[in-house]
Amino acid sequence: MGQGVLISLEGISKVYQDKVVVQDLSFTIHAGEFFTILGPSGCGKSTILKLISGLEHPEEGRLILDQEDITHLAAEKRPINTVFQSYALFPHMTVADNVAFGLKVKGVPKQEIKSRVLEALDIVRLSHLASRKPAELSGGQQQRVAIARAVVNRPKLLLLDESLSALDYKLRQEMQIELKQLQRKLGITFVYVTHDQEEALSMSDRILLMREGQIQQIGSPREIYETPNSLFSAGFIGEMNQFDGVILERKQARIYIAELMGQQCQIESTHDFAVGDQIHVLLRPEDLRLQEVPDTTKETGFVGHITERNYKGKTLDSVITLENGNQLLASEFFNEDDPDFDYAIDQKVSIDWVHGWEVVLPYEG
Amino acid sequence: MKVKGFFAVIAIAIVGSWLGLFIAVPNVLVLITSFLENDPQGFFHLQFSTAAYHQVFDPLFWRVFLHSFEMSFKAMIICLTIAFPFSYWLCQFSSKVRGWLLFLTIVPFWTNSLVRAYAIKFILGKKGLVNSTLLFIGVIDKPLKLLYSEFAVIFGLVYVLLPFMILPLYASLEKLDKNLLSAARDLGANGLQRMWYIVIPLSMPGILAGCLAVFLPAMGMFYISDLLGGAKNLLLGNLIKTEFLSTQNWPYGAAMSISLIVLMAGMLFIYYKAAQHVQKRGEFDV
Amino acid sequence: MFKLGKSLFFGAVFLYLYLPIIVLTANSFNTSKYGIKWRGFSWKWYERLFDNDALLTAAWHSIIVAACAATFACVIGTLAAIALYRYKFRGKSLMTGSLFVMLVAPDIVIAIAFLSLFLLLGISLGFWSLLIAHITFCLPFVVVTVFARLRDMDPNLLAAAKDLGASDGLMIRKVLLPLLSPAIISGWLLAFTLSLDDVIVSTFVTGPSFEILPLKVFSLVKVGVSPEVNALSVLILLGSLTFVILSQMILKKGKR
Repeated sequence: MGQGVLISLEGISKVYQDKVVVQDLSFTIHAGEFFTILGPSGCGKSTILKLISGLEHPEEGRLILDQEDITHLAAEKRPINTVFQSYALFPHMTVADNVAFGLKVKGVPKQEIKSRVLEALDIVRLSHLASRKPAELSGGQQQRVAIARAVVNRPKLLLLDESLSALDYKLRQEMQIELKQLQRKLGITFVYVTHDQEEALSMSDRILLMREGQIQQIGSPREIYETPNSLFSAGFIGEMNQFDGVILERKQARIYIAELMGQQCQIESTHDFAVGDQIHVLLRPEDLRLQEVPDTTKETGFVGHITERNYKGKTLDSVITLENGNQLLASEFFNEDDPDFDYAIDQKVSIDWVHGWEVVLPYEG
Repeated sequence: MKVKGFFAVIAIAIVGSWLGLFIAVPNVLVLITSFLENDPQGFFHLQFSTAAYHQVFDPLFWRVFLHSFEMSFKAMIICLTIAFPFSYWLCQFSSKVRGWLLFLTIVPFWTNSLVRAYAIKFILGKKGLVNSTLLFIGVIDKPLKLLYSEFAVIFGLVYVLLPFMILPLYASLEKLDKNLLSAARDLGANGLQRMWYIVIPLSMPGILAGCLAVFLPAMGMFYISDLLGGAKNLLLGNLIKTEFLSTQNWPYGAAMSISLIVLMAGMLFIYYKAAQHVQKRGEFDV
Repeated sequence: MFKLGKSLFFGAVFLYLYLPIIVLTANSFNTSKYGIKWRGFSWKWYERLFDNDALLTAAWHSIIVAACAATFACVIGTLAAIALYRYKFRGKSLMTGSLFVMLVAPDIVIAIAFLSLFLLLGISLGFWSLLIAHITFCLPFVVVTVFARLRDMDPNLLAAAKDLGASDGLMIRKVLLPLLSPAIISGWLLAFTLSLDDVIVSTFVTGPSFEILPLKVFSLVKVGVSPEVNALSVLILLGSLTFVILSQMILKKGKR
């Protein structure tokens, strides 16, 4: 990354039948990055894709592609192509004709079309099926045809609309890797829309998290995962344990003493809190550390009982019920020294975490 | 499943024998008749002959045959020209408005076509709406002769048969996946290219079905010609009717009917091929 | 701009489809005997119509033929649809094929085929010949309507009935017929309208002993425009309209 801005959206708004779908949206996408727009269904993420591709036009705002205002440019004139959710392959054309379509309507010479179609089909490893009709292909193959049909035009931007959602789990995993490799090989900027946070985390250079037509957070997968800026971001990406508390004392810059469920503890935050502020403290399940303690000890700190344990292959996931009835999820990796470690149900445990890894947010009500 | 049970046997027997007796046998009879010799005294002479077919292609009769063919063909083209944009745009209305517009199209489809053809006299007649209006405005000072012309016959055929073109076209255009049009736009196709490469090929079965539903009946609608066309603008139906009911040259009439059937078979074949071409499942799909 | 053009186009098409009918209807209430100039409202042409015994007889004949033809077409057509849907048998594609050909064949071809048949069988042209011809050309329309309904039906319903040990006959009576009834009724109405409207086939297969309305109308309109015919035409149009609306309503209700 670090290359220049490829496309920027400036104050984009879109209204459908009196309903604001996208509101005053501004962000930029860099050349060559794998950019993912993530959000629950109905948050307006597909609309953004349509606005970029030109299939929809915004009520307000501007779209700038490579320093050129394309806000009012028709979809067919934009150097942008889309891989549709349903693939939208032309059923009456062969695979090769489907891929050739974009070049044909632009009047590219026949010889060149032929070689570029073959090249595109080679990239997606479908040259041997060039003369088939789309209906004779499997879901994964159709998906690859749709990709070839788009990339053959050498677009500046490739838009992918929930492109993997129609595939089954295993194929989806494979295609994720394949897409990522393809993007590196072609060097085309990808804008990928999905509601699947796992997909977003594993493929993207940057993620735009959307909520109700507005940007919730924008950043690298790591930033969003490790420092979510809201309960929504935290909850949408991965599991999160949430404690509510209050600031008791400000020790120094970024270090506070807070009360969490009757316990005092030290927390770190970049936010500027005053004494008495209500806060949320969020902890990832894999950041929790559990310690078995005898039933009889009057252990102070966070204690609870194991109420459920699930073997997950790589990790052991445990549900801990605290004295006050709250439940926590902890996820621990098996380590080499103790490959069979396990908890008994009802085992009393004390809970700790790697200090500094907690996420502290202002109270959201 | 094999045929079993009393009900199945009875049902198939009844339907089969009805169709055999009243569809297969009569058509074979017509075929035979077309190869018989004409008998000026009766309907035909029991003697093999291809004279009737020679007569169909005899220059004198061929001209009339061709003219009737031409009028039906023109009517079909005009119907298609009106019905295609009509059906295409019909799909874009909200479903409520579409329901009403569709109903307004279905009503003439099922109403008496003889009466509808008759109603045209009020529009095209000497004292009809068009002439009265033009006279009133002062564009003309003497009524135009619109009735009893080729124009009137084609006007009538289009009027009666337009719904027969719209309905199959609408049915196939409505099924068209709108995503395909978005995809084509996205790939750089302009309106004309989308029409030519996507809409028309995919609605080809509908277009051909509509053409079948207009062209074939148009050839036979003798009453349109009787009411609006006058003696010079005969349809194939008029010719066949004359041969069977007046002149009583049955072999010639039958030969014309067989020609019409051959034409129909040809059109059906093309229709079948087109439908096969655009169907979603490929030939190798199981 | 484009929207306005579209509305104008639709307006023009519907004007084309409906204007002649509207002018005809208006004229049937016109006191004036000639032309379309309005000379005042009158029922007199309708009254005169009901004094014309020959016309009334012809209308009665038409209704009888249409009702009988529609009923028989429904019985045979429903059997055909069920057979085509449920059973595999030799000649099935032949059956589908001949029904399809009937559907697309021009009436004139069907007409002379029947004329030839009746001549060969020695059936004199009249009620029976007319009825047989009408049943046959109505048949494919009923089959199509009923078959469409069968195809939309949940196949599990029949399987369930079969599972519970119902015989074919019992299942058809208790399960299939009630489910199919909207389609059968609407098929009946369509067949009735078709039969009532037919001119081409009837011209060939009926004789002077049995006159029917469309032919009577045809012979009248051939002569020229006359006010009684206008009134008669309006009544016929009204009849068709009623039947179309009825059948559409029943079909829609059946779909729910």
